[in-house]
Amino acid sequence: MRAATSWELQSMLAPFVDRQQPVEIRGSGSKSRVGRPMQTAASISTASMHGIWMYEPTELVMSAHAGTPLAQIEAELAGNNQMLAFEPSDIGPASGGRRGTQTIGSVFATNSSGSRRITVGAARDHLLGIEAVSGRAELFRSGGRVMKNVTGVDLCRGLSGSWGTLAVLTEVTFKVLPAPEKTATLVYLGLPDDIGVELMCAAMRLPFEVSGTAHLPQSVAGRLETAVLAEQGQSITALRLENFEKSVDYRSNAMRAALKVYGNPIIIGSTTSLEFWNELRRLSILPYTADTCLWRISTTPMKGPKVVAAIRRHMPTEVYYDWSGGLIWVEVAASADAGASDIRRAVAVHGGHATLIRADSAVRSSVEVFQPQSPLAERIVRGLKSTFDPLRLLNPGRMYANL
Amino acid sequence: MSLRMPQPDRAMIARRAEIAAALEKIAGPEAVIADEDGRRTFETDGLNAYRAMPLVVVLPKTTDEVAAILRYCHGEKIKVVARGAGTSLCGGALPLEDAVVVGVSRMKKVLEIDYDNRFARVETGITNLAISGAVGAEGFFYAPDPSSQLACTLAGNLAMNSGGAHCLKYGVTTNNVLGMKVVLMDGEILDIGGPHLDAEGYDLLGLMVGSEGQFGIITEATVRIIKAAEGARPMMIGFPSSEAAGQCVSAIIASGIIPVAIEFMDKPAIEVCESFAKAGYPMDADALLIVEVEGSEDEINDLLGRIARIAEPFAPTTVQISSGPAQSAKIWKGRKSAFGAIGRISDYYCMDGTIPLSQLPLVLRRISEICASHKLKVANIFHAGDGNLHPLILYEANDPEQAERAELAGAEILTLCVEVGGCLTGEHGVGIEKRDLMTTQFSRTDLMLQMRIKTVFDPDWLLNPGKVFPLDMLTMSGLPNAA
Repeated sequence: MRAATSWELQSMLAPFVDRQQPVEIRGSGSKSRVGRPMQTAASISTASMHGIWMYEPTELVMSAHAGTPLAQIEAELAGNNQMLAFEPSDIGPASGGRRGTQTIGSVFATNSSGSRRITVGAARDHLLGIEAVSGRAELFRSGGRVMKNVTGVDLCRGLSGSWGTLAVLTEVTFKVLPAPEKTATLVYLGLPDDIGVELMCAAMRLPFEVSGTAHLPQSVAGRLETAVLAEQGQSITALRLENFEKSVDYRSNAMRAALKVYGNPIIIGSTTSLEFWNELRRLSILPYTADTCLWRISTTPMKGPKVVAAIRRHMPTEVYYDWSGGLIWVEVAASADAGASDIRRAVAVHGGHATLIRADSAVRSSVEVFQPQSPLAERIVRGLKSTFDPLRLLNPGRMYANL
Repeated sequence: MSLRMPQPDRAMIARRAEIAAALEKIAGPEAVIADEDGRRTFETDGLNAYRAMPLVVVLPKTTDEVAAILRYCHGEKIKVVARGAGTSLCGGALPLEDAVVVGVSRMKKVLEIDYDNRFARVETGITNLAISGAVGAEGFFYAPDPSSQLACTLAGNLAMNSGGAHCLKYGVTTNNVLGMKVVLMDGEILDIGGPHLDAEGYDLLGLMVGSEGQFGIITEATVRIIKAAEGARPMMIGFPSSEAAGQCVSAIIASGIIPVAIEFMDKPAIEVCESFAKAGYPMDADALLIVEVEGSEDEINDLLGRIARIAEPFAPTTVQISSGPAQSAKIWKGRKSAFGAIGRISDYYCMDGTIPLSQLPLVLRRISEICASHKLKVANIFHAGDGNLHPLILYEANDPEQAERAELAGAEILTLCVEVGGCLTGEHGVGIEKRDLMTTQFSRTDLMLQMRIKTVFDPDWLLNPGKVFPLDMLTMSGLPNAA
């Protein structure tokens, strides 16, 4: 079923509330293979609720219906030299879904942030206001259209990353930022993982607002479509600068001097930089295959290589590091538990959490896809679920088996 | 002043000595304040028109002590008001006569600083400025900078999701927190997030920040620290009208420049601040913008030059780039001491609405009309980049009738902010001050949902009662312990 308005969505949901039947909530469905498989009576999509209904470039704010394609939003912003600064990534294709179809609602519902997260914050940090329908089929609002707002409990953030398990977003209002005049990327070649991560953290300690840091070991770098980088045949450590042209030129020279112990980088300009960072956004270097599983690990940046080394003691992996080492995408061979116990143990030792992004549905129903929580956190999470969705109708079990 | 608080429970007040003794057993005699003079120190906060003597004050030193105190209070059904430095401007830390005040001011240790991973883990009784102080030697800072940063604690900043002048670029408290340790009302200790960038599961961090002491007491936090830019410098641009200043702000943002701060002052604010701080503000201007940018010397000159050119079409009466650190400090001193400066000439009531920038001319005009209709003067200070407006309504606190009028004018101004698409509070919080206005911004359904979330964290409604949610909603909610 596709609802075209929030009112229609409420009335579509109401009979399921009366009959206590669970419902799958989706946008375009590009991420429907992420999360635990669900048993639902029907599926309600927000994809027909589309359209940008407010855009004030001089106030850096836009409002759109939740089903508006992200691509449409980004095109509209680009027309005004603006952008979604948190650079939402597209995990659809990496998990076997369709590429480039995701909706703006799903971007916030999954708190999906790309490389620039390290400097400008996550998706949730850009969400200013929401309208949503709860599992009680009640329409509610939180936040607004202004940048600074501390009125009442912050449900915008509360719903970010809840994967449609608490409420259905019907409208989102978010902050946008000017697009940079120039982008340059300093690419260091041939560094092992630990030195690459050290370099990225060193770059973040410089006063130059590095807006993206990624390390691709040799084998993963070889998968790049950006030929000039793939052809190097070596690992790649990339540091991105974005600003007015004069600043980028000055800063890339200053950075190169400050980081000279790590070697002499090649510097790629705006066009190639955009191509490269967009590849990372699409996760096209980690393409879907049935014989691999993909994990997303969030940890303290400098501990990234240690987590990977600990995992590699148990299984071969292909990895790539973003967020100066704090975000690791780990590809492992498909297996009955997708390596969950060894991976979670490695993460437990060094801190952080792991989410299974790609695995077949049998695996996703047998292992914890999202990081298991402490009993106390689980108590709160259970309480929140029963607040928004007391009958457990919305995406039941997608994040946690019993919720 | 006219805001009603819940009736105190006389039987609980009668148990003062017994409760103080129990708390002394937990936290030691030096941590407990039960005598009248001692308690009087805590009877109000930054909204000092409202006062109430706390039942007992306890100042624990560790998270475990906080947990034991809350476990005891939970068992005895004693209400608790959490307190940082007591600088809240909305009555968020106002004590209740039948509630124990748990202050975190003695918990101010820096527990861990990690420059490579760019975080600091601290106890929340630390002052905002002390965090930047602890990491300043390495050129780092903690970004949110409320005007009270010398005194206010991180605990209070977390509770209110505080902002400041520089959050246009760096965000407010919630954007700068990675993890926390929270003591829930039943004494359980909840760890959320950590040094990694994204906490797992539902965004409990996002819910906790700005929850105004309703959900738990945050005793430790892991905050993001940021490498400071090579330099920063402000410029002053004076305008013949507020409209011109507002249009100039839009033009700066449209050009693709995001300054670290764009501060706006109207004529009354300029006059008072200038006579206090001798900052060199242009006295012939009707509105003043202080715009600050960051970077290297060349980058700063380039950006300030661009901004000066952008300002030209708006016929500025003054365009003055700070000549160096001494003048920059003066310019900021004038702005940051604005509240104090105005406080020297009059009592004032500080409002905190946020509006869409395009509504600025209308809102400023309506504010002067509203204040004039209540026969009161007003000065406006405004974080223009993000639409956060601080009208200061001047009144005589010893005159109850004037105080009443100031409150009425304030309520009208905040309602106006909501009507033009903004909100009741941009950075100060709801507390008691805006509690009864919440229904202008939220539907009953919205508020019920927020109140149910409160019930998840604090089922007995013992934490910071009488704040945030309109009192009549509590009775009507049907939630068993809310009323």
